Amino acid sequence: MSDVLVPVLTANWADERAWTLPAYAEQGGYDALDVALGMAPEDVQTMVKDSGLRGRGGAGFPTGVKWGFLPAPDPENPKPRYLVVNADESEPGTCKDIPLMMASPHTLVEGVIISSYAIRAERAFIYVRGEVLHVIRRLRAAVREAYEAGHLGTNIHGSGYDLELVVHAGAGAYICGEETALLDSLEGRRGQPRLRPPFPAVAGLYASPTVINNAESIASVPAIVKNGADWFAGMGTEKSAGVGIFSLSGHVKKPGQYEAPLGITLRKLIELAGGVREGHELKFWTPGGSSTPLFTQEHLDVTLDFEGVAAAGSMLGTRALQIFDDSVCVVRAVLRWTEFYKHESCGKCTPCREGTWWLVQVLERLEKGDGKPEDLDLLLDQCDNILGRSFCALGDGATSPITSSIQYFRDEYLAHLEQGGCPFDAKKSTAWAEAVQ
Amino acid sequence: MTEVTVKIDGHDVSVPEGTLVIRAAEEAGIEIPRFCDHPLLAPVGACRQCLVDIPDAGNGRGFPKPQASCTIPVAEGMVVETQNSTAVKAQQGIMEFLLVNHPLDCPVCDKGGECPLQNQAMSHGQGETRFEGTKRTFPKPINLSPNVLLDRERCIVCQRCTRFAAEIPGDPGIALIQRGAQQQIGIAEDKPFSSYFSGNVIQICPVGALTSDDYRFRARPFDLVSTPGVAEHDACGAAVRIDHRRGKVMRRLAGNDPEVNEEWISDKDRFGFRYAVRDRLTSPMVREDGELRPASWLEAVAVAAAGLAGAGSVGVLPGGRLTLEDAKAYATFARDTLRTPHIDFRSRPLSEEETGFLRSRVAGTSVTYADLDAADHVVLAGLEPEDEAGTLFLRLRKANRKGLRITTLSPYASEGSRKLGAEVVLTAPGAEKDALSQVSGVTEASVILVGERLATSPGAYSAAAELADRTGAKLAWVPRRAGDRGAVEADLLPRDGGLDAEAIVRGNLGALLVAGVDPDDTADPAAFLAALDQAGFVVSLEQRITAVTERADVVLPVAAASEKAGTFVTWEGRRRPFTQVFDKPAAYSDAEVLGHITAEFALVDAESAEVADESVEWSPTTTDSAATTTDSAGVRLATWRLMLDNGTLQSGDKALAATARPAFVRISAALHEELGDVVTITGDRGSWTLPAMAAELADNTVWVPTNSFGRGVWADLASPGSTVTIEGAQQ
Repeated sequence: MSDVLVPVLTANWADERAWTLPAYAEQGGYDALDVALGMAPEDVQTMVKDSGLRGRGGAGFPTGVKWGFLPAPDPENPKPRYLVVNADESEPGTCKDIPLMMASPHTLVEGVIISSYAIRAERAFIYVRGEVLHVIRRLRAAVREAYEAGHLGTNIHGSGYDLELVVHAGAGAYICGEETALLDSLEGRRGQPRLRPPFPAVAGLYASPTVINNAESIASVPAIVKNGADWFAGMGTEKSAGVGIFSLSGHVKKPGQYEAPLGITLRKLIELAGGVREGHELKFWTPGGSSTPLFTQEHLDVTLDFEGVAAAGSMLGTRALQIFDDSVCVVRAVLRWTEFYKHESCGKCTPCREGTWWLVQVLERLEKGDGKPEDLDLLLDQCDNILGRSFCALGDGATSPITSSIQYFRDEYLAHLEQGGCPFDAKKSTAWAEAVQ
Repeated sequence: MTEVTVKIDGHDVSVPEGTLVIRAAEEAGIEIPRFCDHPLLAPVGACRQCLVDIPDAGNGRGFPKPQASCTIPVAEGMVVETQNSTAVKAQQGIMEFLLVNHPLDCPVCDKGGECPLQNQAMSHGQGETRFEGTKRTFPKPINLSPNVLLDRERCIVCQRCTRFAAEIPGDPGIALIQRGAQQQIGIAEDKPFSSYFSGNVIQICPVGALTSDDYRFRARPFDLVSTPGVAEHDACGAAVRIDHRRGKVMRRLAGNDPEVNEEWISDKDRFGFRYAVRDRLTSPMVREDGELRPASWLEAVAVAAAGLAGAGSVGVLPGGRLTLEDAKAYATFARDTLRTPHIDFRSRPLSEEETGFLRSRVAGTSVTYADLDAADHVVLAGLEPEDEAGTLFLRLRKANRKGLRITTLSPYASEGSRKLGAEVVLTAPGAEKDALSQVSGVTEASVILVGERLATSPGAYSAAAELADRTGAKLAWVPRRAGDRGAVEADLLPRDGGLDAEAIVRGNLGALLVAGVDPDDTADPAAFLAALDQAGFVVSLEQRITAVTERADVVLPVAAASEKAGTFVTWEGRRRPFTQVFDKPAAYSDAEVLGHITAEFALVDAESAEVADESVEWSPTTTDSAATTTDSAGVRLATWRLMLDNGTLQSGDKALAATARPAFVRISAALHEELGDVVTITGDRGSWTLPAMAAELADNTVWVPTNSFGRGVWADLASPGSTVTIEGAQQ
């Protein structure tokens, strides 16, 4: 393994039975908790703030600053404070939290305890995507182990601090990854985004002060506490500190999780992954899941940090690097993504609900070669009417693959029209392509 | 409140801090298109139609993207453009999206012609859509309730209906289900949307998705003539709009009166109007050889005048459906023409105590809906607002949601009390006096609302008055019928030795003049009917054939509320004038008919009438109904009327009746455990076997809806204030 990689969260994934408490304890697990419990909660907050940790769920908001938005504890206000972990990982291409919880659930659990302590929450929730039953089981087993070992419950490690942790399974809705929809879902309601203000820090879960963080963000906290803010801040770039999991999928020889400092390039990551599939070239890729505008070969050297990707016209998102080689029809790929957004649109707001319904129909006819060249302008105008007009970011995300693919591959769209159908052989982009030929 | 000034489309507008941009624009006369926005519902920002450009949020920086003006509060110095190219592009884009899956079946849609979607598509959309694909379709329509139907493909899921149901009446029986373009309004399986206020969702639906079984496919809005009116079903005075065509009411809508009903009315106010066209008396009748026969107005009026003049003592029972004008006419007719002191508007159990209370503590007073909003505490006694005063219920619920404390002295913890957030003081019938004297937290900023049912609870009215005097709280009386308060103002109460309604019934008077009274509503229906039979002469002023007209010597048809102009006086004391909707030949108001009789009276020798009063025999003990029954063993009988029951003014409205809540007897959990779901209740007037439900009740009390079974509680079951026995039903 190249020294470019810095395994922190992923360091113990290959250990024997890494998901069990003994294995986690053996490599120093729950030591950071003692460190944290020895500090004042405010100092833990400051430490996380100083580390420069930014939200790993996509938006990149500084985690410590978010914690600071909670109103100061007020003896007059008896409302509890909650930590909610967003582990509803559902974005097409994104696959970091689920392997993390599968391989080392205790990393997340320890992060939850420390973070809850830092914000003085006495109850925390992990909201896990409902489809990943195996992960939910493993996480629940880890929570049970943690309770039995005294890491959770009352008077944790003799500190006098109490915490209850609930692992909650979602019911399979992409929208519930949106933090306020997640809160509604967690409360037992229909998961749809809430109007803000009030913001969750003021009135979140059960109208009480709530912090919602991505699973990877929270899982990063124990390492920061253990190694110090400077250690974390010393990695990555000035504004995008630390390491993160980069999930390479698609047409690379060794797809998987690559943990590296922010600011690495795709060129380097593809090199680590053994290169693009034999006999093919990189055609396009997503920097952070399907909701981030596509990149192409020309973006191989874009630094994968929040600023670098934004400057190049996309978003770092969840560092879900889906690699597509030259066998893939971009129109087909974009149609599939758009079908996903249509299926997952919650229906609350008009542009997302009706727009995705319509976008799919236009893309379908383009892919079949039944469309018109003007349809491309129609698509762009529809996207313009959705982007920034919808209630939450789901609608915005739905437009990203379309606008960026037309920007970079307009000719390929037109080729469908000229040829009266798709010029690609879909079989050639499959994993069994060689067997077919 | 601090004012802030914003610039909207170049106009400076000053509005209170916190005002939403869409409201501020209205102040400037600028209408931003909208669907989900409703001024009386919490903002949701779902439809996105009201997008505007905000180049300066008040801090020198603008929003990069258009913003939903229904969710953004104004800020000092904010600049809003609602009609520049950015805003127009955004609004047109949303409108185009909304129409993607809308069937555009305006020519066959009931909403066509008054449809916000249709209108705003014309004003803020593009002429042509670019959508060439397949629209989503649904089987149509489906029933949300027996009366409210949903055409799902027309729905733009703005959530006005679901938000109304959850926020305003607190009946969240409809909700969003499914997602994406399949998202729709739904109900739980086998649980129809049940609300006394369900019709409002039809009215606020900005498309033709929600229709009533009642009005669906019956008329086009542009064929209707609209006349403002006042609801005649309760004492709340809700403003209604009566839409009619060729002399027939096609539908009724809520009028907009911020001081009274805001924009909401009950389903009874909305759908209960067919009584005025069913089995109406069309011509005067006189009795000849024991049979009623049609007669001319001239003849009937002459017979009535002669009969009343020659009958000796006359009792006048005008009932509670009167306008203030009619009530005054009765007062004048009784006291000046008939010269009888025996007049009483009350058509239900009453007491002498109440007579004094109404005269001294109700007549001429004023307590308003606004006083409820400003109150620190509202105490209810003998009053179930959800069933007995719908508008009052909604206003109380709104105030409670803003923090108003409500205490109710009630025999059982009803759903209505729960929706009001009220603290329930379980009070057995008859125990209101003691309970009122023990209510705490009443100040001069409080309001005490008492219902007419307190008449059967000795000492309760006095205790309420005493509580008001002691604390300085406002006191108001909330009767059931639309004309009751007006009748109090017109002093249709016995004085100068006059008999009250119950004494009139027992008084063996020579003649009775009866108007809007259903004998079964009175304290002793059998005695009332016997009195009619015994009286030498009975004149009935009625709209429809009743038990009174069947026993009358002269029947004089009178106008329904829609056929006359007049004034209802609300429980607040507020005058609510309304105009005539239909000018029907020979539809005379009570006042006009009385005027005709009076004119005829001048020709009759008046002396015989004067002598009459002396011949009255009346024993005051007969009115003390409570004393006669308290010592009998058994369970105390509590009762009030459900909003939708067997009431006369609801007859003929089938869809409305189908939405009535199933009527159940309420018994204690222990009794329910012992006796099961069906019980037999036996009182001094009869026995009923009825379905029963467990409820949190005052000790040793059973609750029965007054008029949901048979001829009602007083006729078929028990006398007011009495006790009953309960046993398991014989299978």
